[in-house]
Amino acid sequence: MSVESDNSAEPKVKRFMYVNRKAPHGTVYALEVLEMVLISAMFEQDVHLTFLDDGVFQIKKGQNPSVLEMKDFSKTYRALDGYGIEKVFVEKESMEERGLSQDDLIIPVEIIGREELGALMESMDVVLSA
Amino acid sequence: MLHLVNKSPFERNTLEACLKRATKGSSILLYEDAVYAALQGTTLAAAMAQAAKTHEIYVLTPDLTARGLDAASVLDGVRPVDYDGFVDLTADKGTVQSWL
Repeated sequence: MSVESDNSAEPKVKRFMYVNRKAPHGTVYALEVLEMVLISAMFEQDVHLTFLDDGVFQIKKGQNPSVLEMKDFSKTYRALDGYGIEKVFVEKESMEERGLSQDDLIIPVEIIGREELGALMESMDVVLSA
Repeated sequence: MLHLVNKSPFERNTLEACLKRATKGSSILLYEDAVYAALQGTTLAAAMAQAAKTHEIYVLTPDLTARGLDAASVLDGVRPVDYDGFVDLTADKGTVQSWL
């Protein structure tokens, strides 16, 4: 395990990764993960938010789910920065497979390759996925 | 780290998603309907045999038994484990990622 014992009173800040792999409006996963991430911001952990596979559609610009009488939570991603969640990653291959580029995304992100994403995941203490 | 996959590769792409990102030497446990990925003679067998060279691939035996399969049905290089083995893997391999 990468988690080491620590004698100090300060709780150890853990490296958390949230993995988004599902498109936004067909199921509730995307919204649930977003809410989980916002809550987790209160705990001051080292949060990494990643979008891969269909998850990249979650942060596509111009979403208007109100026509389905559903909440447009895509705007909420813009608030992440204000919650101290600044480490946001999109997998390059997933984005390109879906004909998207960085200009299509609702927030600034770091674009990383598939291999780099795998290594980043490997470096985490906790990975939560949907 | 330990990657968990529980869906049939013939129905869902979670195993493929996992294999694309799992680093060399990492472990993958196939359970529930994902045990079908471990079988000999499927269209995936060659790819799985290849994956077993760069990853430790495990399959949960109770999920084989429940489906009329056994350790003899699985590819060489895929390691059968029981529930205790599952627990040991989660304890020993560090971070766990479930490919849902």
